[in-house]
Amino acid sequence: MGILNLLRRNSFEHGIHPQQHKELTCRLSIRRLPFAPVLIVPLSQHAGAPAVPLVRPGQEVVRGEPVASANGFVSVPMHAPATGVVESIQLMPSARGPKTESIIIHVYEGSSQEVLYSAPRDVGSMTAEDIIQAVQDAGMVGLGGAAFPTHVKMKPPPEHKVDTLVVNGCECEPYLTCDHRLMLEQTDDLLAGIHIVMRALGVERAMIGIEDNKLDAVEVIARRLPANSPISVHAVQTKYPQGAEKMLIESLLGRRVPSGSFPSAVGVSVFNVSTLAQIGALLPMGQGVIERVVTVTGPGIRHPGNYLVPVGTPVRFLLEFAGSTPQAHELILGGPMMGMSVASLDVPVTKAVSGMVLLEASDADLRERKVQPCIRCAYCLEACPMHLNPSTLGLLAAKGDYETMADQFHLNDCFECGCCSYVCPSSIPLVQYFRIAKAINREKAA
Amino acid sequence: METKLKIELRTSPHLKQTMTVEQIMRNVVYALLPVCAFAVYAFGISVLALLTVTTLTCALGESLFCRLSGKPNTTNDWSIVITGLLLGLTLPPGFPLWMAAVAAVVAVGLGKALFGGLGYNVMNPALVGRAFVQAAFPVAITTWTPAFLDKRFTEFIPSTLTAPFMQPPALGDWIEQARVDAFSGATPLALQKFEQIITPASDLFTGMTAGSAGETSALIIIAGGLYLAARRMMDWRIPVGVLLGAALTSLPFWLMDSVQYPDPLFVLFSGGLMLGAVFMASDMVASPVTPRGVWIYSLFIGVLTVIIRLFGGLTEGVMYAILLGNAISPLIATVTQPRVFGAAGKGPRT
Repeated sequence: MGILNLLRRNSFEHGIHPQQHKELTCRLSIRRLPFAPVLIVPLSQHAGAPAVPLVRPGQEVVRGEPVASANGFVSVPMHAPATGVVESIQLMPSARGPKTESIIIHVYEGSSQEVLYSAPRDVGSMTAEDIIQAVQDAGMVGLGGAAFPTHVKMKPPPEHKVDTLVVNGCECEPYLTCDHRLMLEQTDDLLAGIHIVMRALGVERAMIGIEDNKLDAVEVIARRLPANSPISVHAVQTKYPQGAEKMLIESLLGRRVPSGSFPSAVGVSVFNVSTLAQIGALLPMGQGVIERVVTVTGPGIRHPGNYLVPVGTPVRFLLEFAGSTPQAHELILGGPMMGMSVASLDVPVTKAVSGMVLLEASDADLRERKVQPCIRCAYCLEACPMHLNPSTLGLLAAKGDYETMADQFHLNDCFECGCCSYVCPSSIPLVQYFRIAKAINREKAA
Repeated sequence: METKLKIELRTSPHLKQTMTVEQIMRNVVYALLPVCAFAVYAFGISVLALLTVTTLTCALGESLFCRLSGKPNTTNDWSIVITGLLLGLTLPPGFPLWMAAVAAVVAVGLGKALFGGLGYNVMNPALVGRAFVQAAFPVAITTWTPAFLDKRFTEFIPSTLTAPFMQPPALGDWIEQARVDAFSGATPLALQKFEQIITPASDLFTGMTAGSAGETSALIIIAGGLYLAARRMMDWRIPVGVLLGAALTSLPFWLMDSVQYPDPLFVLFSGGLMLGAVFMASDMVASPVTPRGVWIYSLFIGVLTVIIRLFGGLTEGVMYAILLGNAISPLIATVTQPRVFGAAGKGPRT
């Protein structure tokens, strides 16, 4: 790790520079949030099949105990985030929209909330297969927001030879600082997790990519690495969406993931820092994912901070703890570029929720602007990290020509980062058009 | 404690940059104002009247067409002001005001409203209007007056105030009595084409020549272009491409015969090329949206302008070159779609 790496501006083409707003929380240490009286644990917090409940109403559960088991390979189990009693298993609102089956746990007020359920083991003697199984047993999903079961990513297709683990510490979403704090405060867990995943993948090197607005994290990690470490840490340019895996791979390695392929096609596996830190902390203890760091921030929040939040904590509880201003107007789970705004305060924080951003009415004003015709300014073409043509895609969407969008204009390469909508001076809701187009194409194909 | 919160549901992204269509258009107007000011300074109150008439007629026309088509009034997006000013700047200083009004109505009606308004027009509306009067009033549109006449701030050029539907008077005698020094009424392009007299580049640069109201000072036009390019409200590749295309096309001819053909510097700074390259070819709506397409489009305009100038019957070709460029720009965009990230056939980048 030389100073050269700090100076070189590793980056990708296109992208945008939204205001960061990270100063609200980037200096605030991670604090534990108290337990809410009732926790809501959805059985489907991940991509893939919902978990199968192992408990029944009235049953007492101990913090850390499995309460639902994985249903197949692309699925993960759930663990009790607190000691208490299962009140019911019922449909509850979720951030994504449709109601999902959830385990409702009444938390025992007097309990010490000690994690009693654990099965310590020597990670050093585990085989790759064992590690992958242990990662699934821990209920690990991509904590950066994708919520894809982590163990599945540790088993790339056999025809792809993975040689590099890319560690994603970009945190390119404005406002969010949970990964930043975690890199500073849980560095040892992170490095332990990297070593574990490197062994499972059988790779010789790992590269940590961190946006250069977090040079303190680069320094802290670099200081922890021995001279001949297979792990290297690199500052990459602060630019949205640097943390998108295809962008980060290009920035760090200069490899371009082919259109329609996964990173393993170019020999890379990408893991988020918070996922790796949890693997490093939980795997040796044989524990499951029961909490995560959530950045609670935004102009509408009175006491912004990085909170360690039990999975299943209702958003309402978090909001009351952090306080909101009367001008609060829009509540977003995740980051403001790709997160979801929620309709109900009764939705729970799930494993993939990295932030809760509360915007005020004045922030929303910008988006109230009337939609005007496309003036072909081409700002969106210069912003799109996938080198698409959002302008023409938008005109096609307005005509309802969804097939042409997919067949000739690479609609399915769009990962909805939001750059085009962000820059559009005509305020055309491009990303929303593309989401609708993709959904309709999927329906037609089904 | 119950949290009472009125929250709204929206789809991502939840952030938005502040630049709007109005802002872009307003800034183009800002960049045009110095050009207008110099035009008035060089040619006097006739040009002031000309710019006022084209701009007001365009704005009124847009309001009227919006009302006729039952659409909300779009004059407040400022784009029509650009059309009005540009149209005025491309006309001869003494152009009869009633003809200018005709040009403005055609510009906004045929060039813009007919296609569906801002964003849907195929060609630059101002140039559509100018092309119409070029065909309709061939004499008036080629009647030039010298710049910096003594009485320009106190007296209208006689042709300016021609009664509607009447032909303007000949200006020869008036120019004779109005002028005090050796400023010529012939444009540099005409002097070069028909008499092989090359106007010094310094005069062209600062605007000490005859010509259309707003095309004479390359310096002020370039300054406006730099302002827009720096604010990313104009694609810098378009003027660069147009000028490059024009310079490269004229160079071999000048090398072959430097008496018959003008030098590239003269080509760049004379006539409407600079105004066209900076303010008209760069019209966002009528230029291709793709980065590679922009280069093809702008080079095409530059090349075509010179070909028309050297071999056509007209002294100036930039207007038709831009209109043709506008016409083929959807086609250019179609064949120059950007290459998607990770497209097949592209190896790893180093």
